[in-house]
Amino acid sequence: MLSRTAAHLYWIGRYMERAEFVTRLVDATIRLAALGDHEESEQAWRSALSVVGSAQAFRATGENFSPANIRRYLTLAEDNHGSIRSCLATARDNARAARTALTVEGWEAINRAWLLIRDRTKPGGVQQSLNLVDSLKAEIRGFEGALGRMLRSEGSWFMQLGAAIERGDNTARLLDVKYYLLLPPGQAVGGALDRDQWSTILQIVSAKTAYRHIYSGPLKPWRVADFLIFRTEMPRSLAASAEETVDLLSAFANRFGRQGAADRLARKRLDRMQSISIEHVVQQGLHEWLHAYIRDNAALDQAIARQFRFA
Amino acid sequence: MAKTRPFDELWGGSPGTTPRADFEAVAAWLSDLSDAELLRRQQAAEAAFRSLGITFAVYGDEEAAERIIPFDIVPRVFSAREWANLSAGLEQRVRAINLFIDDVYGARKILADKVIPADIVLGNSQYCIPVAGARPPHGVYAHICGIDLVRTGADDFFVLEDNARTPSGVSYMLENREAMLRLCPELFDALPVEPVDSYPEMLRETLQSVSPQRSDACCVLLTPGHFNSAFYEHSFLADNMGIELVEGNDLEVDDDMVWMRTIHGRRRVDVIYRRIDDAFLDPLVFRPDSALGVPGLMAAYLAGNVTLVNAPGTGIADDKAIYSYMPEIVRYYTGEEPKLPNVETFRCREPAALKYTLDNLEKLVVKLVDGSGGYGMLVGPTASRKEIEEFRAALKAEPQRYIAQPTLALSTVPTFTDKGLAPRHVDFRPFVLTGSEGVTIVPGGLTRVALREGSLVVNSSQGGGTKDSFVLAPDEAAPTPGSAA
Repeated sequence: MLSRTAAHLYWIGRYMERAEFVTRLVDATIRLAALGDHEESEQAWRSALSVVGSAQAFRATGENFSPANIRRYLTLAEDNHGSIRSCLATARDNARAARTALTVEGWEAINRAWLLIRDRTKPGGVQQSLNLVDSLKAEIRGFEGALGRMLRSEGSWFMQLGAAIERGDNTARLLDVKYYLLLPPGQAVGGALDRDQWSTILQIVSAKTAYRHIYSGPLKPWRVADFLIFRTEMPRSLAASAEETVDLLSAFANRFGRQGAADRLARKRLDRMQSISIEHVVQQGLHEWLHAYIRDNAALDQAIARQFRFA
Repeated sequence: MAKTRPFDELWGGSPGTTPRADFEAVAAWLSDLSDAELLRRQQAAEAAFRSLGITFAVYGDEEAAERIIPFDIVPRVFSAREWANLSAGLEQRVRAINLFIDDVYGARKILADKVIPADIVLGNSQYCIPVAGARPPHGVYAHICGIDLVRTGADDFFVLEDNARTPSGVSYMLENREAMLRLCPELFDALPVEPVDSYPEMLRETLQSVSPQRSDACCVLLTPGHFNSAFYEHSFLADNMGIELVEGNDLEVDDDMVWMRTIHGRRRVDVIYRRIDDAFLDPLVFRPDSALGVPGLMAAYLAGNVTLVNAPGTGIADDKAIYSYMPEIVRYYTGEEPKLPNVETFRCREPAALKYTLDNLEKLVVKLVDGSGGYGMLVGPTASRKEIEEFRAALKAEPQRYIAQPTLALSTVPTFTDKGLAPRHVDFRPFVLTGSEGVTIVPGGLTRVALREGSLVVNSSQGGGTKDSFVLAPDEAAPTPGSAA
């Protein structure tokens, strides 16, 4: 496979995943904002901006931090390269350039998601945004379905690899913005607002009911952290992302008989995660630990690009 | 020219009464279908093309950046005998084209023998000086030719244009057939239609056959990228041949060898089916500002380490000034009379021809010798007074840049229009492949149709559409015509 094609596929994976994450973030923030008063609503949207690291960029637009403005910025803004629209546009550009490496189904799913958002210029009311995110979630699931039907070889692996790396990054950033809500473990905080916050976090990573299956008993903040960091049953957890990255790189190694720096980095990261627990993370400091994870994840991204000669 | 009814491919000279021999089944099929049913099928075909993304871009037309070429559901049909004659003529012409290119970049015998004037070749902007004296692997230059044919009567076929650079349109031949098989399966029961789906396989074999030497040659298709108007065709062909679709950046030249960058390191490339023009191939030799090509590619080519399909410099054979000498060229290299005649052509560089052209502008078609795609062309009978005067001035200023031809009464084929079935003018582009073992021609091609009533301009960029082109298989008893050896 051409290196350029591989890079396009990898970035399709990353941008489709990012598009889905922002979609879920908007979805969950709308619900969270609806629970609180005006000030809490604004706080919820500011927090959403921080999760995707766009607070600075939003400030630079000169718009005020109103819920409606931030909602528009995260969904439709063309000048925000992390908006849902921009993510889908970039994914589609990559898909067009790597058209021969995609199945018709895969291409159509990306194209349909793009067409859904292409002609929207105004976000409309909250209900319209909810309708949009619901439709987008369906189209993106269609893409994941198409991905599962592709040949089990480099083409689908690169897209899955991109998605796994992106997922780890997203979940870590989400936890980092909310870390003060999750710590210290065992401590009985827990007014109504905090509970809403925790369930919002679970909702963003589509794990609200899954949590109930894994942990009996009420929502506990440190358990939410444990769930999203260590539980490999949870597809969007950091451990699951680390495990998937190792598995995908091994698939390449098994098929082509060669390993590289990315394989070693990915295995080292997984081994480390398997040898510690949430208590360990808490001692080190969740914020510091998450930042180290995000740095390692970025280093792995670079190692993958070098190993498969993306540049 | 007297105003007579043009020849119709289905009805001959008697529209609506008696179909031509062999074509009764087509006429019966058409009369069985209601306009509503034709419209339904036509729309189904266009919807399928759009969702597959079979689009082309028109330069300078932002709005229609991705447009589909209109497809007409009524096929154009060739009898087995017509096809046998055509393919023999095509084989002869393309053989002569390759011998001609070999000669003008080599011994230049045809110039020494004064069959054609030397300045028209050596002074031609299409004469590629960097490859003079170089011979490509297996001596094949124009591996893929699209020969544009027009018809004016039952036995009157003419070559309108030779496309020996990077002819496009073959994906439409294949996709149109797919659409017809899906939408009109009953036609294929009624008629013994020769299949065209072996074209990608034939093209792949052609590419393999001209590899510099190694067996198991690595062939790639070089595209300018996904913003090019023909990108769909590039990806379609690469996909169907099972070869990599590469851009200039995917290739590098090292030690006069071409390599492509893959995820496992670099891989040697032997044959490049390039869909970019000569001028963009290699910034070290041609346009230095080109980012589409590969620096050093020409050095690798001249060292004999890579085959370029088509070879650089083939444009000398499809220049319209050279075209006017094609009958002489065919005779010179094959020793035979041309089986496919040219359209009568006036070379405006010659004073008598210029005078005739200027005196008859309103009757003639005037073309730039190096124009294509229907641009830079005057169709006298439909042009405004102003356009004619502009061309008159241009002709007087630079007569050597123009040729003129009579306006032909191009044949028509029934076509589905807003007002039901109506005759529309067509031309035809078959694709002729030349490998190390000779010429092969797939029984079919691209029929282009001028959708506007009375229009003779079939180019897709100027409102033309396409039709499927059926070639009927010969009777079991008759000897097999079809592809020439």
